[in-house]
Amino acid sequence: MTVTLEREAPVAAPVTPLPAPAVEPAKVEAPQTHDILIIAYSGELEKTWAAMLLASTAGAMGIKTKVFVTFWALQSFVKDSKRITGQNWMQKMLSLMQRPGISHRKLSKMNFFGMGPWMIGRLAKQYKDATPKELLEIAQTMGVEFIPCQMTMELYGLTRDDLIDGMAEPVGAATVIGLMNEGWSPLFI
Amino acid sequence: MTTAVITQKLDARGLNCPMPIVKTAIAIKTMASGELLEVLATDPGAVKDFAAWSKSTGHPIVEQSTDEGVYRFVIEKK
Repeated sequence: MTVTLEREAPVAAPVTPLPAPAVEPAKVEAPQTHDILIIAYSGELEKTWAAMLLASTAGAMGIKTKVFVTFWALQSFVKDSKRITGQNWMQKMLSLMQRPGISHRKLSKMNFFGMGPWMIGRLAKQYKDATPKELLEIAQTMGVEFIPCQMTMELYGLTRDDLIDGMAEPVGAATVIGLMNEGWSPLFI
Repeated sequence: MTTAVITQKLDARGLNCPMPIVKTAIAIKTMASGELLEVLATDPGAVKDFAAWSKSTGHPIVEQSTDEGVYRFVIEKK
């Protein structure tokens, strides 16, 4: 026995013309800006650099900017002076394997036991490029908000005291998704 | 040419992206509405970057010129 499905003929929806957009000359003059949400994920030198460069620029451009700091990137937001972080031996081992702090980042390529980052640092100085640490401080003075990921803090066994000053209250993924849903332009680095 | 007097000067020569923009933003914060800021930069990306910054922040570039690789911008604080 075969069953044939019959589709109902589509009912033509009544066409209603959209109301003409209201033109407000006063608003046309105002600059159009969108809020920016940077998700800093990588802990590598070059990506940390890119994230801090864009964050400080967005701040300088008067754009409301938040940086959600998660996974490897959170190690960059531990104070440079901290050497070993974590509560248990595994967390302590991880901080020993990759020294925390924004000034102790490694390159994903050409690291060569620190020679790559050292040369990049020398070149940056020669060409008067701002370092990730300088850009981070500028971004903070420009009002860019840095938000640590609660889950990552627990994973690494980090306390608020381990992190640099001026960071916002730790939040989770729902807050980040909520911001995107509100129309914040996301950028994942 | 503008007849208004330049209130503040910023020498961003030799600085690379994004420092000329960042320093301009810092300088403009300290100024009052209507005051003029003169910025000198050598970063070749500055022309487009300053235009984008001006559009985003709403501080108009009232004058711009180039002289032997040095870009000069006069920005009015809105």
